[in-house]
Amino acid sequence: MAVIRLALIGILTLLMAGTLQAGAIEVREFDDPVMEQRYRSLTASLRCPTCENQAINDSDAPVSRDMRNHVYMMLMDGRADMEIRDFMVERFGNYVLYNPRLEGRTFLLWGLPAGLVLAGGVLVALVVRARRNASARELSAEERARLEALINRGRTE
Amino acid sequence: MTRRLILLLPLIGFLVLSLFLYQGLSLNPFHRESALMARDFPEFNLPTLEDPERRVDRSLLQTGELTLVNVWGEWCPECKREMPQLLDLADRGIRMVGVNWKDTREKGLGFLEDFGNPFETNIFDPDNELGFELGVFGAPETFLVDRDGIIRYHHTGYISASDVREHILPEVQKWQ
Repeated sequence: MAVIRLALIGILTLLMAGTLQAGAIEVREFDDPVMEQRYRSLTASLRCPTCENQAINDSDAPVSRDMRNHVYMMLMDGRADMEIRDFMVERFGNYVLYNPRLEGRTFLLWGLPAGLVLAGGVLVALVVRARRNASARELSAEERARLEALINRGRTE
Repeated sequence: MTRRLILLLPLIGFLVLSLFLYQGLSLNPFHRESALMARDFPEFNLPTLEDPERRVDRSLLQTGELTLVNVWGEWCPECKREMPQLLDLADRGIRMVGVNWKDTREKGLGFLEDFGNPFETNIFDPDNELGFELGVFGAPETFLVDRDGIIRYHHTGYISASDVREHILPEVQKWQ
């Protein structure tokens, strides 16, 4: 019982710590829900350059705050999402994109899963076809005679 | 027999992939190339730390002289530790320009008094204007700017004495 209570207290503390940390990230009010949605998805898809693995909407690192400010100001300035992403990549590198772009360097990254699925599909198709051919083959006269003999032997015993 | 060997293919594929991913574990994610590599030093217009009336811009780095640009702040302990190495680089005749980053004028000037000043000029950037253009995500960071004002080398974090020998000086030599 004591263990369960301790575990519960632990979990609650962790949850509270989470909300406290989230409190360090400024709240932005938007009049336009579309703008708000764009702001949310942009800040969720850009990766904080100094944290190991956090989006800038989730990080209280100073550089993330500055990046959020830039995203906000550029949105208000009427810039497109693509432009804002490019702006960040130009300064902080491809590292800030959670979804790497499809280009020469990332071709293998994007292509490999699809390629493997395709190769697997081809393999399965080949195996299935080989099996079907094998089973559909007619028995030769000799094989038929042997089969007959085996069946008859089973009957007489 | 060869048909049997084909069965080993998935295992071999798995081993190759494991090896590839395993070596990725030992990579330091902070040691990545700056996005500004081989590009012009960004434009800016900021006052100097020493004199609020004096404003400097990109022409500071287009003087035909190779320059090391070091981003520092009084609040950054690593910056203090690397000062002896920066003073050493300045003593070797390398032109140094500082960017006093996210700092106050008072604290920045105090830092230079306490730890020495290897910098010809210090750009005062309290609001991360130039820092953002440079893609700085933590101090200290150091950029090597060649004679034409193009960024040629980028060092994130503390510069140790062996970094000076093994990375900074060879790069300076290369772009001199």
